[in-house]
Amino acid sequence: MHRDIPDGPRPTDVYFFATCLVDLFCPEAGMDAITLLEREGIRVHFPESQTCCGQPAYTSGYAEQARAVARTQLDLFPQDWPVIVPSGSCAGMMRHHYPKLFAGDSVLQPRAEALAERVFELSEFLLRVLRVQWQDRGQPTTVALHTSCSARREMGTHEHARALLGQLSGVELVTQAHESECCGFGGTFSLKHPAISSAMAGDKADALKASGAETFLSADCGCMLNINHTLQKRKDAFQGKHLATFLLERTGRGEKR
Amino acid sequence: MTARHPLQFVPAEEFKARTRAATDDAHLRQSFRSAMDFLMAKRAAQFPDDSALQRQRETAEAIRRYSLARLPELLEQLERRLTANGVHVHWAENGDEANAIIIDIARRHSAKLMVKGKSMVSEETELNHAMEAAGIDALESDMGEYIVQLDGEKPSHIIMPAIHKTKQQIARLFAEKVPGVSYTESVDALIGIGRAVLREKFMQADIGLSGVNFAVAETGTLCLVENEGNGRMCTTVPRVHVAITGIEKVVEKLEHVPPLYGLLTRSATGQAITTYFNMISGPRKPDEQDGPEEVHLVLLDNNRSQAYADEQMRATLQCIRCGACMNHCPVYTRIGGHAYGTTYPGPIGEIISPHMMGLAATHALPTASSLCGACAEVCPVKIPIPDLLIRLRGEATHDAPAGRAPLLGQGAAKSRLMDAVWAGWAALYTRPALYRAFAWLATRFRALTPPVQSGWTASRTPLRPAPRSLREQLAERRRAHR
Amino acid sequence: MSARDRILGRLRAAAPRTAPAAPDVHTLYEALHRPTSRTERVARFCAQMTGWRGEIVRVTHANWVDTLRGLCAAKGVNSLLYGPRGVHGEALAAAGLSVLRPYDRPVDTWKEELFERIDAGFTSTRGAIAETGTLIVWPDAAEPRLLSLVPPIHFALLDAGRIHDTLFDAICAEGWGSAGGTALPTNALLVSGPSKTADIQQTLAYGAHGPKELVILLLDETPAEAGTDPATPTTEARP
Repeated sequence: MHRDIPDGPRPTDVYFFATCLVDLFCPEAGMDAITLLEREGIRVHFPESQTCCGQPAYTSGYAEQARAVARTQLDLFPQDWPVIVPSGSCAGMMRHHYPKLFAGDSVLQPRAEALAERVFELSEFLLRVLRVQWQDRGQPTTVALHTSCSARREMGTHEHARALLGQLSGVELVTQAHESECCGFGGTFSLKHPAISSAMAGDKADALKASGAETFLSADCGCMLNINHTLQKRKDAFQGKHLATFLLERTGRGEKR
Repeated sequence: MTARHPLQFVPAEEFKARTRAATDDAHLRQSFRSAMDFLMAKRAAQFPDDSALQRQRETAEAIRRYSLARLPELLEQLERRLTANGVHVHWAENGDEANAIIIDIARRHSAKLMVKGKSMVSEETELNHAMEAAGIDALESDMGEYIVQLDGEKPSHIIMPAIHKTKQQIARLFAEKVPGVSYTESVDALIGIGRAVLREKFMQADIGLSGVNFAVAETGTLCLVENEGNGRMCTTVPRVHVAITGIEKVVEKLEHVPPLYGLLTRSATGQAITTYFNMISGPRKPDEQDGPEEVHLVLLDNNRSQAYADEQMRATLQCIRCGACMNHCPVYTRIGGHAYGTTYPGPIGEIISPHMMGLAATHALPTASSLCGACAEVCPVKIPIPDLLIRLRGEATHDAPAGRAPLLGQGAAKSRLMDAVWAGWAALYTRPALYRAFAWLATRFRALTPPVQSGWTASRTPLRPAPRSLREQLAERRRAHR
Repeated sequence: MSARDRILGRLRAAAPRTAPAAPDVHTLYEALHRPTSRTERVARFCAQMTGWRGEIVRVTHANWVDTLRGLCAAKGVNSLLYGPRGVHGEALAAAGLSVLRPYDRPVDTWKEELFERIDAGFTSTRGAIAETGTLIVWPDAAEPRLLSLVPPIHFALLDAGRIHDTLFDAICAEGWGSAGGTALPTNALLVSGPSKTADIQQTLAYGAHGPKELVILLLDETPAEAGTDPATPTTEARP
């Protein structure tokens, strides 16, 4: 899960792969992620032709359609820059599943493998490559962190996010019950098995509320939308936000260093 | 074919109806939640050192992969050794053949009563129904199995069959069904009742049936893992012992057993070891005073060889039936074992049932997972369960590729509608200009977002695109800063 | 074609051409278990076995029979089943324990008596496993299988010098897997405590089907321990 980060000069340029959910449903999280990167002096390149990593079809058993969409993304990153993804599950798709998706293709498999090496989930990149050291500028608060399952198991995001939050002196991280358990999103699972998915989402919302946190954070928009919309349906004002948004709020929105 | 138990078929709509009923049952939800929390905590306490655990998992995986790679020759070696030890070896293609073999053995001994140690394979073959039809009583003797049989149910967990029941329910059941017993909630007293009833039966039984946890080829040894001692009773007291197992349970050497056994018990119930580990290498010898005079082993395929034939799906057969995948599964925790409608519930059931029962009957099962990966993380033999779920989703919705034999029930979930949906999805996301136009329209006309969105809005507010997409906002900001 | 041939035929057709290398179990155990001293093994065994609710009673060659006699009296054992041809059969018979009952005929001829009228069984042990607190019990013609299963109390005599670190060590050191399995008895057993179950609401209960009590007579006469032994045995004195 934890890969070796190559020693080398600090990157000056990165690609930003927003993901389809962030582009359409959580653009502010994407904007805040870009701001965090730019604030560190990084030039952020947004390939205009990006669409979706292909995960929904891949996990639904439609490998051919997933491959077609993934194939389109392979062309987006010609320079040898890191590719930053503000979603653990999409980053996991590109990092772990692209090589499998193109396995046996003598041209595309090596390209998929080369891209996989350059894919970073946002918090991993901030912490382990940029080695950011931040000062907290916010009022004391308590937060809970919900890490998506693929972010946790494929990208180690729970540890990276915890370490970043640990730099913020005014932020107390509380742990909700069954912290590592899935929120029930699971892409098309939430549509195919609404009863099970709702039960899981409901339990997750309950646990996050019961943690006593003022808000909860997630590095995946899928989970965040799942839990937030569950809470909204209950007319509950308790809502989560993307980790990037929270980090930016705490360390000074709009300040460019 | 004998009639299947009604639960041995899982049409998608019935499965969904059962999941709805289960998730609406607060009592069941609470029982499984607390039982799974208990089992997860017990397992975690057994593995304080993660790097040691990972080394053990790697070794266990290597043993299982090695054993499977040599499966045909190991089965032949096992058969040779067992035969030399005086054990009769039988082979069965499917459950009906296995049951017929066992009934035949029972009839030769004019058996009236069979006592059974815990055997999931005998659940798989519906042996109890077949025995009943043949006029032979088949009595479960594992306490959990005894309880569910007494209540006319099936196990809801492969290790803890009666995990869905509270002690109050069991107390009522015993008071109703066991002659001369009055209501008691004392667990010691309830176990004492079961003990008294079953010891009587061990004495009377003509045949004992058991499963097998590991079959050792080099020595011709059948290894059984248990805490209660009923397995030992079934394999020692009656004059005939019949063991039944899937063909995948064989290992080459006795020294391959300790790493698997050590992980099995700690992964299953968080025990460092079980009370009994019973190694059976043959029937009673002429100078011995006890033990069965005849020992039989029934080796069952039941389409395991279909999984075996595919390099990726062969990993399914690495399973040592610890149940850790279900203990850690958020779906199993919500719906319990009965909702699956299969002998093996939970993640392992979702990947093995499609082989045993075919995809026509089971295609809904591989979709009943959020692919969270908790199962693969705890699996002691490192079966990549999420990858196999994805694979089976694909096999259920597509024809077999050219040149490969179709799986049982191949393409059973094929749907023109879904094919069209995914073709449309791919058309959109492989054409950046089209996608940008779509995103522009979706954000501009967000007020027209449907208020009811399939299963999503059952418990959530509708998803609605943002007023402007990220790419538009970014372009705007960059124009402003230029 | 038989089911056997069809199944094996399918498997052979599908088996990988090259099998992976044989798993290296030795390296795993070397990495995870450092060898321990006899004293450590004894201590570990006792701690683990006690955790399984096995009762440990330290004895010497000189006093174990009397200790057993005392335990029988204390536990109200009126009938103690043993194998007269077993390694300790003679010593037991010579001690004249009034409660002794020999297991000397086929079980089929006296099943009911065995199940209903025997209070305790006595067996020797082949050794034990320290890591998990486990007895190695090898029934044979002299000490039948049911001695350690049917009576409600199981007394087992264990020589402290025969405790292995792990099950793997025991298998290797004693060559259980060698000679095509002829080293193994028809039924070899590992026993870790009395019979138990947690099948009712995860509540642990003892004596599910087998013994409710397991008592280990731990024969330990290393000089260090002999000095600290509170019992100062004389001979095999009779009461």
